[in-house]
Amino acid sequence: MTDTPVIQLSDLSIGFTGRAGYTLPVLRNIDLTVRPGESIGLVGESGSGKSTVALAAMGYLKRGLRVLNGRATFEGHDMFALNRKELESLRGGHLALIPQNSGQSLTPTLRIGAQLTEALRLHSRLDPSQFSARVLELLGQVRLPDPQAITRRYPHELSGGQQQRVAIAMALAGEPRALLLDEPTTGLDVTTQAHILELLRDLARETGMAMVYVSHDLGAIARVCDRVVVMYAGEVVMEGSARQVLTAPTHPYARGLLASIPKLSDPHLPMALGGRPPAPGGAGDGCAFVDRCALASDLCRTSRPMLAPGPGGAPVRCHHADRADTLPMTSTGDHAARAEVGTAPVLSLQDLEIRYSKPGILDRLRGLQDTRPATVDDITITIAKGETLGLVGESGSGKSTILKTIAGLLPPAGGEIRFDGDAPLPRSVEQRGPDHLRRIQLIFQNPDDSLNPRHTIAEILEQPLKLYFGLSGTALQDRCVEILERVRLGGHYLDRLPSQLSGGEKQRVAVARAFAANPDLVLCDEVTSALDVSVQAAVLELLNDLKAAQGTTYVFVSHDLAVVRALSDRVAVLYQGRLCEIGPSAEVYALPSHPYTEVLLGAVLEPDPDTAPKLTADDVIELSPPAKGCPFQRRCPRKIGAKCDTDTPPWQTRDDGHAIRCHIPLDDLHRQQQADS
Amino acid sequence: MLQMFLRRLFLGAITVAIVSMIIFAGVEILPGDACTAFLEREAQGRVLENCREELDLNRPAVVRYLDWASDALRGDLGVSANGQRSIAEMVGARLQNSLLLAACALIVGVPTAIFLGVVSGLWRDRPVDLILSTGAIFAMTIPEFVSATVLILVFSVWLGWLPGIVLTSANAPASEFFPEIILPVVVLAMVMTAHILRTVRSSVIEVMNSDYVQMATLKGVPYWRIVFRHALPNALLPAINVVALTIAWLLGGVVVIEVVFNYPGLGRMMIDAISDRDLPVVQAIALIVATVYVGVNLTADLLTMVANPRLRTLYTRK
Amino acid sequence: MSLASIPQNSRLGRTLSVLRDVMSRPSGAVGLCLVVFHLILAVISPYIAPFDYRTMNAAMMLTGPDGVHFLGTDHLGRDVFSRTIQGGREAILVTGIATPIAVAWGGLVGIFFGLIGGRVDEVMMRFVDAFLSLPWILKMLVLIVTFGTGIEVLIPTLAFFYGIPVIRIARAATHDVVARDFVAAARARGHSRMTIMRKELLPNVLDALMVEGAMRWSWMLLAFSSLSFLGFGVSPPTPDWGLMIADARGFMSFAPWGVLGPVIALSTLIIGINLTADALAKALGIDRAQKAPV
Repeated sequence: MTDTPVIQLSDLSIGFTGRAGYTLPVLRNIDLTVRPGESIGLVGESGSGKSTVALAAMGYLKRGLRVLNGRATFEGHDMFALNRKELESLRGGHLALIPQNSGQSLTPTLRIGAQLTEALRLHSRLDPSQFSARVLELLGQVRLPDPQAITRRYPHELSGGQQQRVAIAMALAGEPRALLLDEPTTGLDVTTQAHILELLRDLARETGMAMVYVSHDLGAIARVCDRVVVMYAGEVVMEGSARQVLTAPTHPYARGLLASIPKLSDPHLPMALGGRPPAPGGAGDGCAFVDRCALASDLCRTSRPMLAPGPGGAPVRCHHADRADTLPMTSTGDHAARAEVGTAPVLSLQDLEIRYSKPGILDRLRGLQDTRPATVDDITITIAKGETLGLVGESGSGKSTILKTIAGLLPPAGGEIRFDGDAPLPRSVEQRGPDHLRRIQLIFQNPDDSLNPRHTIAEILEQPLKLYFGLSGTALQDRCVEILERVRLGGHYLDRLPSQLSGGEKQRVAVARAFAANPDLVLCDEVTSALDVSVQAAVLELLNDLKAAQGTTYVFVSHDLAVVRALSDRVAVLYQGRLCEIGPSAEVYALPSHPYTEVLLGAVLEPDPDTAPKLTADDVIELSPPAKGCPFQRRCPRKIGAKCDTDTPPWQTRDDGHAIRCHIPLDDLHRQQQADS
Repeated sequence: MLQMFLRRLFLGAITVAIVSMIIFAGVEILPGDACTAFLEREAQGRVLENCREELDLNRPAVVRYLDWASDALRGDLGVSANGQRSIAEMVGARLQNSLLLAACALIVGVPTAIFLGVVSGLWRDRPVDLILSTGAIFAMTIPEFVSATVLILVFSVWLGWLPGIVLTSANAPASEFFPEIILPVVVLAMVMTAHILRTVRSSVIEVMNSDYVQMATLKGVPYWRIVFRHALPNALLPAINVVALTIAWLLGGVVVIEVVFNYPGLGRMMIDAISDRDLPVVQAIALIVATVYVGVNLTADLLTMVANPRLRTLYTRK
Repeated sequence: MSLASIPQNSRLGRTLSVLRDVMSRPSGAVGLCLVVFHLILAVISPYIAPFDYRTMNAAMMLTGPDGVHFLGTDHLGRDVFSRTIQGGREAILVTGIATPIAVAWGGLVGIFFGLIGGRVDEVMMRFVDAFLSLPWILKMLVLIVTFGTGIEVLIPTLAFFYGIPVIRIARAATHDVVARDFVAAARARGHSRMTIMRKELLPNVLDALMVEGAMRWSWMLLAFSSLSFLGFGVSPPTPDWGLMIADARGFMSFAPWGVLGPVIALSTLIIGINLTADALAKALGIDRAQKAPV
């Protein structure tokens, strides 16, 4: 194999022209070389330009963008100089892209078979009679069960993981020599993501193709890439081997980014990276990172650093790379005070059962009962004052549903919710008293959706204050400012609209709105999953501080196990709307006992090139829980037999409150787990 | 799928039932009835009583509604108030003429609209698009009697190419309406084309910006193949519903055009019936038009369901 | 500039910025100018009209345009120009009052049912569908023939029938908003339904209603002039474009100026409204093309 680059971007700048005629660069002077068989990770937060790089490598620009400078070549072809015919023959052939959202990237009106055949017709030299056999072979290669059936499906009939596999198969159809992957596992469940990544690793090894893996997820990058390029505000700020970038980064941003990632192995709160990246074109003359950097000096403000070999030899764009190692890279936990956990129960859920479907009018006329298993069933949890309970599970596990039911937005089908020792709470918000309404507050996943776009921040914060405390006039105004300051935003935000705030700021406003009510219980529904990692860390820190100051109780729902670990005192694991395991965080993470918890934790990817996921169960997406027996029966790697299919497993509780629901005796489970590892 | 189909059918039937009630109730609420309208100034005392007796108007409204509705279900629309003629017979020829007009307008309009809409969407913001889009606004907003008047002025009065008025009698066979039908068809087709064009254009633009079209581009699929195979099947789905609405509009709202061109269709009959206060005829026409409206929309919904795999299997699964 | 002192995010600030956006688009600028021109003309036309619109002159029937009668005279010898510039007053008055009423009642009902949802909403929508399935002209004519053609009949009639499709639009827009978390958040805080409607839903549905209002206005004008054209609207001798076109049509072959004036006047007003509505929809980010001609 020769060492001539497959993909080469040299001094590439891309931007758009503003209304007034000046150009705003989105990418600035990107140099990137990808050699045959190499896999490169392109990491950065939203807006860093990493996806634009991947598309530019294919000679594709989004509407409005244009090349300002430099070139992009694939095997010597200048991608922006080729004519349409030449581009068409390269794209999807020797150079293929796997998109971020395969669900939307597959044509909805064409069957999977037709779309794959089209790729073959365009890019393979096969005889048309061989197409169908090759399609099946490709689907088998991406490990899709029953390829024959898949070819007849439409994209929407597949799960997210299956769609992603189809997209990979489609890319493989042209026998690519380079594969560009644009956030290929974002939005997928952890177990699915881990399986896809293993598949990609194997494919890269089998076919010898080069890969450019674009992602914000350092864990995924650590798993598949040899070399990592870190991007910030449209620039490459650091480049090096995966090991070096992940373990000894020499750029302050890379260090800060690593420190802000919650890790499974680390019970501390991650360190937040303050500030926000400059808008396109707003980087000024100096270093783009200067406003957020602890090492910033006058030099950094006036002169833009060049990408030059730093300590350890890897290229870095920093004036002070030699001092970068003074910056922390892991969290010490010093910055986060843990709140006291009381003993008095604040919230208790007793045999909670939730159903989404109501029987239709026809069924009711015929006297039919709904025999389908409930979406959420048999949930019994007690939460003490000042405690943070983490609820984790994959999509469809019913974790957000439970929160909505506690908040009264979705009346339960059975069971009861008791709050602060009172009589059971009325089932729906409309029936609850003002005091209960005030004391239980809910924070939503996406602030774009939970803040009314037509209200100013002042109007948003005034609502709970007027409703619960009857404030008005200057008292109201003062209180708003005070609340904003408590979430580290100033009074000058009052007149702004949500659309004029960054994602992190918006979520702070949502937090502020919840705390304006002086709540005793705050329900957090995936509150950080719409945010970038560095921003996420800041929001987690804020939540932690507010709790320490006010003794609030949290129910914290997340699909991200590391985030839950960083914040929770106790954690409950849900599968298909049923509890599998519950216990103190330290115990559950140290000794995951239920087979599902084991599978889930095993699939988590750490930003560490030396860890590998343990994949013990298939990544099947189940649409509904089984009618009886253990909810995990169909995927369980430790299933013992018919008992799992028919009998609901019993709770097994240890002295420290760590409990699991499994037919296998705890000791046996632990013995098996030790034998495996 | 079948269940969904039946559900839609059921909802459609309910809508028609509600319409029939509204029509009947509406006519009931209005001051006067068939007899006062028919007898006009003589409507008083014995004469009025006798007439009401004869037409069974003294029974409770509910009973009369049920009678009327069940007769209508069997195709018997009653008799007109003044002429004592069977309404079904009167309406038959007129309905045929209206359908002929609608069919011609559709045959001309729909393909033109789709073609121009696609062109306009693909060449978005280019001169071609600007001309078509602006033209569409003109065509859809200028009142039909205005454009009809202008067309008659130009093609009939000044150039003398086409007859500006229909002289054929209502019961003549379809072939005799040519070439008189051309101008009304052009006016109708213009308005219709404008509406469909705008929908198709915005749908094409949306689809061409979709992730899957970007993906197809990055897969190296040639442009025209992307357009025809990946984009258009998705982009044309919304057109089905708009076409349905225009068909419904064609049958009900073309009254003005029929008057302008003196075309013997259902619309002009409706105007005459309203002017004469011939309420049974008005009721019958309203019911026919409403049923067609509901039926066409229902068909469009079902067609969309069949054509869109996403809807198709969504319903099958549930 | 004094405009700069208005807070950008206040209601007034937003209105101004939307207006600026509308004016910055060619369609918006042209459209708005046409609309404003017609509105001004409607107010001042009685004072600037060279002739009384009622004055007939048997000696001057159907004369062509000249220096005295810019657009000639009609079959009764009346000055077409004077009649044309005053021919929109009644139409603008009637539709100008009926439109806000239609949008207001249809909008509120639509938002209400959109918020409630469920069976009640389903049943209501069947009624709306049923109403929409009857041609507008039939509904209007039946009422007009029965009750007469005065403004006191036309305004409520137009306002009522043109409010029904608004229900549909408002309901659909509400459905989109209701699904969003800020409405759930307001519910979870315990606000009343009225507060949620007023504070959370209305501001977000208002955009759609404004665009809808502009379109309703143009359709009402169309309906109004069509009715006049058919002889069911404004009663002579009041000048009205629809009526004038109907009258002049018979003499079109030898006196085409009779139709040209009102044709141009009516068309420019309706096109002006539609161009404005188009620009407004774009400025507010609403796709107007997906609307049907009902």
